[in-house]
Amino acid sequence: MKERGNTSLAEKLQTPARRIFWTEWRGRSITYVSVWIVILILLSLLWFITSKGLQPFLNGEITLSQFFSTNWSPQDNKFGSLYIMLGSFMVTIGATLISAPLGISAAIFMTEIAPKWGKKVLQPATEILVGIPSVVYGFIGLTLLVPFIGKLIGGIGFGLLSGILVLSIMILPTIISISVDAIEAVPQKYREGSYALGATRWQTIWKIVLKTALPGLMTAVVLGMARAFGEALAVQMVIGNVPNAPFHFFISIHTLTSMITQNMGNTVPGETFNQILWSMALVLLLMTLVFILVIRLITRRRDVS
Amino acid sequence: MNAKQMDRLATLFFYLVAILIVCTLIGLLGFILFKGISYISWDFLTEAPGSYILGEVGGIAPMLFNSFYLLILTMIITLPIGIGGGIYMAEYAKPTRFTKFLRLCMEVMSSLPSIIIGLFGLLLLVQYTGWGYTLAGGALALTIFNLPLMVRVVEQAITAVPKDQKEASLALGITHWQTITKIMLPVALPGIVTGTILAAGRIFGEAAALLFTAGMSSPNLDFTNWDPTAVSSPLNPFRPAATLSVYIWKVNSDSLSTQTAAIVSGGSAFILICVVLLFTIFARLLGKYIYRRLTSS
Repeated sequence: MKERGNTSLAEKLQTPARRIFWTEWRGRSITYVSVWIVILILLSLLWFITSKGLQPFLNGEITLSQFFSTNWSPQDNKFGSLYIMLGSFMVTIGATLISAPLGISAAIFMTEIAPKWGKKVLQPATEILVGIPSVVYGFIGLTLLVPFIGKLIGGIGFGLLSGILVLSIMILPTIISISVDAIEAVPQKYREGSYALGATRWQTIWKIVLKTALPGLMTAVVLGMARAFGEALAVQMVIGNVPNAPFHFFISIHTLTSMITQNMGNTVPGETFNQILWSMALVLLLMTLVFILVIRLITRRRDVS
Repeated sequence: MNAKQMDRLATLFFYLVAILIVCTLIGLLGFILFKGISYISWDFLTEAPGSYILGEVGGIAPMLFNSFYLLILTMIITLPIGIGGGIYMAEYAKPTRFTKFLRLCMEVMSSLPSIIIGLFGLLLLVQYTGWGYTLAGGALALTIFNLPLMVRVVEQAITAVPKDQKEASLALGITHWQTITKIMLPVALPGIVTGTILAAGRIFGEAAALLFTAGMSSPNLDFTNWDPTAVSSPLNPFRPAATLSVYIWKVNSDSLSTQTAAIVSGGSAFILICVVLLFTIFARLLGKYIYRRLTSS
């Protein structure tokens, strides 16, 4: 750098430019760093959960076939977790079977049947349903649903059915809001074409709108399933927490999330039971990744066509 | 049955579904609000919790404080990173392989079950750092939970800024970064504020990510001691802190006396729902208000 006194005009004009270049660079770097923070968090999460979950297998404390068996008795060091995993799948599938038709129907109502009423009443309703914390769902399930089922069927009321019902309400708003987006994305001219051919509203919905929106609707359902599969507290509060075979509606069962929630605090880090819980967390994580993969496959097909 | 009858039947069905959903919501809210309000008293809001196992109801003051404090801590960490990330996604990300990877990361992160985030927090922020259960750990776990949402909120708000404004600014010779901070961010502000408050409601009710990071208990808090380094100070970020939603879960899973559990968690659920509803309504009203001011002026 020369002295300040005898700088040329060109250099004078360059100096502020250089300062702006610096601000520009700094701003860009800040955003770049933020993005990298997100990436690093995610990668380290995947790495930590994976390595911790694989540990009991690598240490030889349990084999894969033992882990995927039905023999669960922690006091005898038997940790066959198949029924627990199946429990997660059963509540997820059950909740989806209830919520998918309801949610898609509600989305059709909001977009095709009564848009005004739908936007004014049903949309705020879904937004409020999203906002209700999961413990509150669990609490309602525990104080309202479980005693009711118990009275109706006999027994204590905890179990698969309670879990399914609570989860089906929880994933409903997810399915509704994404289905609405998918249906709204169907070009208006398709509907007009259908009406012009003399089709009724129902025929238009069933044959044109739903068919066109199918990939989006499937995404909605899969996202709902992912949410149901990973939901922890609400399920834990109503499922009964006994690792029975999950093939009956009215007996207490366990899911991956309920098992982890209930026992992570009660087991000592390092003992086999505790390590198995981390392996279950790994299964949970892998299933989440599978759900995302499925969504990617669905949406890719749409992009091609 | 002919097509017309089928059409009417279908319409009827859709109306029934809509009514069913609205009724369910009214039923749920009504149950919490009408049942809960009878448990609310000044003492319930301002006292320390009783030992509910023995049947004492007590109050929820520390939990209520913890919930808000944790929310503030989380927002302090999340907002800068979220805004930075959102700006990158909206303005700097080019259609490269890295951007694709980034979007995948965001997608994975936003659909992670919150219990998994809690377990990661337990591993890294509780066991590895040796902090034990702390507010700071809870806030960081909630940051992971909230970041993808925050990035999306900011990205959408910035993308929604009219292109003319950006181009006009650039045409005046204002640099890209200055255009972002001086022109685009102020315009995007209503969207960011609304999204942030909605996210705050979500954080306020979150429990699964906190069970094993901020812990399920609180030390005896001395609300006259505001020195953040003192053990009994409510402001100390390195103390365990059960939030309101964690407390509801804890009471229900521990308590032998179901009557007491019902009172304690009924009252807590009432407060929780009220706060979350207020956040939601506030976000909508504020968004509408700012929008009206910006468009009518």
